[in-house]
Amino acid sequence: MKLKELESCLQQVDTFEEPKILLEQYPTSPHIAACMLYTIHNTFDDVEGKLVADLGCGCGVLSIGAAMLDAGLCVGFDIDDNALEIFKRNTEEFELTNIDLIQSDISSLSSDAYAKKFDTVIMNPPFGTKHNQGMDMQFLKTALTMATTAVYSLHKTSTRDHIQKKASDWGVNMKVIAELRYDLPASYKFHKKKSVDIKVDFLRFSRT
Amino acid sequence: MCICILYLNVLSRISGSQATEVKVSEVEFNPNFVSRMIPKLEWSALVQAADGLGHLQDLPTELIADYEANEDFLRKVHRVLLEVEVLEGCLQCPESGREFPITRGVPNMLLNEEEA
Repeated sequence: MKLKELESCLQQVDTFEEPKILLEQYPTSPHIAACMLYTIHNTFDDVEGKLVADLGCGCGVLSIGAAMLDAGLCVGFDIDDNALEIFKRNTEEFELTNIDLIQSDISSLSSDAYAKKFDTVIMNPPFGTKHNQGMDMQFLKTALTMATTAVYSLHKTSTRDHIQKKASDWGVNMKVIAELRYDLPASYKFHKKKSVDIKVDFLRFSRT
Repeated sequence: MCICILYLNVLSRISGSQATEVKVSEVEFNPNFVSRMIPKLEWSALVQAADGLGHLQDLPTELIADYEANEDFLRKVHRVLLEVEVLEGCLQCPESGREFPITRGVPNMLLNEEEA
């Protein structure tokens, strides 16, 4: 499947109807999702036939993309009922059979819950803003326990050095695959600007 | 707090617990994928779960040797692992006995505040 085709398909994925601020619910744009998945699949071969986890899957755009790229099975984890409902609807519309959903709280999963069970973890975790401080690192830590091959994640560029240091402490390699501009349209009432561009790193973590 | 987890051998497709609604669908068979899943599973738990759901059929109760090349066997595992789904039912933590409901195929693993 070509990148443009993938992006085009992902544009059909329904997203949050009433995003929750406290959970930092922002959809991953079809463009970013397609670029991420395309790279993970073509450059690293970490999707096709693999057991993939999508942490904080939301409405499932990353999982759906992974499933379309023939992941063996993609398991989406999210805490929110509404998001999972929309995700479920999406999998039915796309008629995908290689997706599973689990409602759970990533930040309270015990460290060996799914230790080394997944080949690949793909995620666009909450950035850890406002009331959610540190959530990005919690997601990352958990993801690293779950994956045997690699973790792919999006994090604010401003946190790059901090994450690099943590990665070293944890004995994992961190690679900046790309620097993206994440366009967040005004989705909450308190947003003053029409949209804001955040510099975001697309990172790959793997064992040393 | 004991670990109430979804063992990978059950995922949300089958569980060693009561299921009130089970669905069998057709999923594309990928022998390599199934073969690589097997070491991650607890075989006896898988058999027990399949049996509990009434879908054991001819799945061997003991894991056979050299399964990687045995397509017949891998197809049996594929069926149970990926094609049998619990739509309504629950999962039970073997340690605490805590039950987690499965609704429309999605297990809810959230702990209540008292338990966390």
